[in-house]
Amino acid sequence: MNNFKNNLTSLLKKTLVLAVLFSPISAMAVESNEVATLRDQTSIDEQKTPNVIPKVDNKDIKQSRNYPMQPPVIPHSTRNYYINLNNNKCMSCHSRQQTEKSQAPMVSVTHYMDRDGNFLAEISPRRYFCNQCHVTQLDAKPLVENNFIDMHSLMKQKKADEK
Amino acid sequence: MTLNRREFIKANAVAAAAAVAGVSVPVTASNLITSSDMTKLKWDKAPCRFCGTGCSVNVGVMDGKIVATHGDIKSPVNKGLNCVKGYFLSKIMYGKDRLTTPLLRMTNGQYDKNGDFTPISWDKAFDVMAEKAKATLKAKGPTAVGMFGSGQWTVQEGYAAAKLMKAGFRTNNIDPNARHCMASAVGGFMRTFGIDEPMGCYDDIEAADAMVLWGSNMAEMHPILWTRVTDRRLSAPHVKVAVLSTFEHRSTDLADNSMIFTPQTDLAILNFIANYIIQTKRVNKDFVTKHTNFRQGNTDIGYGLRPEHPLEQKAKNNGKTAGGSSEINFKQYAKFVSTYTAEYTSKLSGVPVANLEALAELYADPKIKVTSFWTMGFNQHTRGVWANNLVYNIHLLTGKISTPGNSPFSLTGQPSACGTAREVGTFSHRLPADMVVANPKHRAIAEKIWDLPEGTIPPKPGYHAVLQNRMLKDGKLNFYWVQCNNNMQAAANINEEVYPGYRNPENFIVVSDPYPTVTAQAADLILPTAMWVEKEGVYGNAERRTQAWYQMVEAPQGAKSDLWQLVEFSKRFNIEDVWTEELIAKKPDVRGKTLYDVLYKDAEAGKFPLSEIPDDRLNDESRDFGFYLQKGLFEEYAAFGRGHAHDLAPYERYHQERGLRWPVVDGKETKWRFKEGSDPYVKAGTDFEFYGKPDGRAIIFALPYEPAAESPDEEYDMWLSTGRVLEHWHSGSMTQRVPELYKAMPDALLYMHPDDAKARQMRRGDLVKIVSRRGEVQTRVETRGRNKPPKGLVFMPWFDASRLVNKVTLDATDPLSKETDYKKCAVKVVKV
Repeated sequence: MNNFKNNLTSLLKKTLVLAVLFSPISAMAVESNEVATLRDQTSIDEQKTPNVIPKVDNKDIKQSRNYPMQPPVIPHSTRNYYINLNNNKCMSCHSRQQTEKSQAPMVSVTHYMDRDGNFLAEISPRRYFCNQCHVTQLDAKPLVENNFIDMHSLMKQKKADEK
Repeated sequence: MTLNRREFIKANAVAAAAAVAGVSVPVTASNLITSSDMTKLKWDKAPCRFCGTGCSVNVGVMDGKIVATHGDIKSPVNKGLNCVKGYFLSKIMYGKDRLTTPLLRMTNGQYDKNGDFTPISWDKAFDVMAEKAKATLKAKGPTAVGMFGSGQWTVQEGYAAAKLMKAGFRTNNIDPNARHCMASAVGGFMRTFGIDEPMGCYDDIEAADAMVLWGSNMAEMHPILWTRVTDRRLSAPHVKVAVLSTFEHRSTDLADNSMIFTPQTDLAILNFIANYIIQTKRVNKDFVTKHTNFRQGNTDIGYGLRPEHPLEQKAKNNGKTAGGSSEINFKQYAKFVSTYTAEYTSKLSGVPVANLEALAELYADPKIKVTSFWTMGFNQHTRGVWANNLVYNIHLLTGKISTPGNSPFSLTGQPSACGTAREVGTFSHRLPADMVVANPKHRAIAEKIWDLPEGTIPPKPGYHAVLQNRMLKDGKLNFYWVQCNNNMQAAANINEEVYPGYRNPENFIVVSDPYPTVTAQAADLILPTAMWVEKEGVYGNAERRTQAWYQMVEAPQGAKSDLWQLVEFSKRFNIEDVWTEELIAKKPDVRGKTLYDVLYKDAEAGKFPLSEIPDDRLNDESRDFGFYLQKGLFEEYAAFGRGHAHDLAPYERYHQERGLRWPVVDGKETKWRFKEGSDPYVKAGTDFEFYGKPDGRAIIFALPYEPAAESPDEEYDMWLSTGRVLEHWHSGSMTQRVPELYKAMPDALLYMHPDDAKARQMRRGDLVKIVSRRGEVQTRVETRGRNKPPKGLVFMPWFDASRLVNKVTLDATDPLSKETDYKKCAVKVVKV
């Protein structure tokens, strides 16, 4: 049965390859610089004038996450927010004790767990450097679109297909 | 999220009204989908696609798409954590410009080096490739054929590629981009210990009392190891962290002792520590007497530039004698390092005496367990092998090695630099399991395992990475296949030594990549490639941990894995096309067969049936070829190391485990090598045994400070260092296509001291030109970023395809390891 399935998959694939082969698209050529999607179609021996440094998004508007486990991006500037041996500026707003005053979101409960999953009385030192996972966003337009599909869109699609 | 505000409110209103009325709502009216049929994700484990830390990642799949990734709580490496790149792995495969068809430069339907990229079928692509390869072999022989691969290849891919090149085409011109990354570390291990890769493991972090970073910005480049270092430092307050670098960076934030030194003087600092240990009488005499030898290395070894370069003409030992050494004793060694006093070293390096002595004390104090970490600061160094040798010296003098927390630890950059590049031996001079092509016994072992006639593997090492570019330019390497890397962006001195070779009309360049990279742009043929969990594979991380994963999703239609490409291409060659009559006569049964038959299908690699692949698992390559290719290649490869201190477990076990650290003997992994009790290869009663050397002794090398290849002068008045950033992996070909990572760090800026900017009438954000003797690149000045160079040094990362800093860098290499020094060249910065 499995072999049959494999053969069928392989046959289907071959057919698809043939379809691609004979489709009219195969006649379309692209100039060598047109593949330079991250270089704004600039040839290698030239350089496009660099843009100005973009501004940091500082609007304090939360962005939705791509999936629940994604560390949220930072919706504000972090200029001069030091995190070092003596100080963690982020926690002056995001720690459990401070959120009532700051109205900033409290760090996730996962941040209180040590390597072995035990909850500590304070955030785990392994999570001390917030900037390893949480990043600010600059006002820069992505060079290439991303076709990642949110699981929620897939579910809605399935739901629609059911009807 | 695609649920808009109006949908959201409408659904909420219905649910709320129904709840008040006490009636249950039909599922469709609810704003939540809860049925397990709908919400269930298929989770599976894979090692991360990025750095050499080797975190395990849980990958969530729905309807054939990756929809989520997070850190694997079961993995001893990362225990549920990922860095920001790792958390966004879900999106790296979905850039809109994924390549889905081979593209050949053509004019009027024919291949033309100056033509436009035209979509063609895989069949036609391989026709053209095979024709070019055969024509090259016929005209110039195997030395004109070559391949540039990667520490991002899976173990099986690297192994299949090495076999195709070394045994099939009979050329040693195969090298990985790990040459740019790890070669000096390999050289250091082989020279000091006679066997490659770290003796310790990440467990050292939780056992150490002090950790020293030498030219490693772990906070950005090995973020998850950095979480372990941070955890140790902050949860055990007696622990000290020392950070040495040529500029301040994020790792400095945790430093108890931060030292910014003048580039290249790390060599002097290392010798100072050795001298300090001797002067303060803290040499572990028992250990040194029983387990070490002393040797004086040759000096004045040149800078790995082209032979006609004045620096090479001037060097005394820039040829075969560069790696030479002679026996000395402890007394002679002590005298040698005695010139490196605190005062002399402080003057040379710019590091205050107090900081130097505090650093040396961490090594000298017998009560402190100390772990040293290093990466590109040591390895990308024209004296990189020396730097590696010198750090081993101080661990050997004190016997602080191979025990928990006492660990000289060379970190790797790529996910399988250890597993694929080093262990498989995809270097121009290497064979699997630390063997080399120049050794007739090693060739014989490989030929026996591969069931090939004696004399198949050529004895002369091939062109290494930098030499490949030079030989392309010189027209001596004419058929060239690049897989799994972006060397037009990564290699030094693009203008003079890289671009001319790719565009040399005599050469045919093939580039396999999931995305159109700068290297693809310079190619003649581009092959669309499947990536990461679109295929099955194995990676090996920096602590000798071998990890496997299954294919989880289909690649985009038209994209094929590197492995499939290599094996399928081998079908195009009859043995008579590639081997001499003389060689065929030694094994006549290969007559009439293809390279595919001889190297893969009829070899050990072809022995495992498809039935061994679980029914519910994807495996496009194996189901296409008709046998379990990944298992076959792994098991055939494992034969090289089993029983020779590189033992791997049976393939299946890696699908169950979160990796195992080799050697795996009697089913058990090895955490600390060379120590009796923890390494099964150490003979009873020896306590320590450095069995890579015939007498079981590691070597302490006397090696001096020598200046860099190019230092600032009146015209080119600044040091330029290049490197990476947290948000982007290497050249950014994957991470620049993830919007969140792109927006976090869109452009490579020039990090500069505010006083240096002021002196040049520059302000933050100004457009500037960085000019060297080789070329120039434009970018914007950053004076308050995360990297804070001292006066006289600038730093620019190389991830940005639109700002190619390697147009400026110098292709000087360590003459021993052939690894480029990307951390030091002289530039001037001018306003545009």
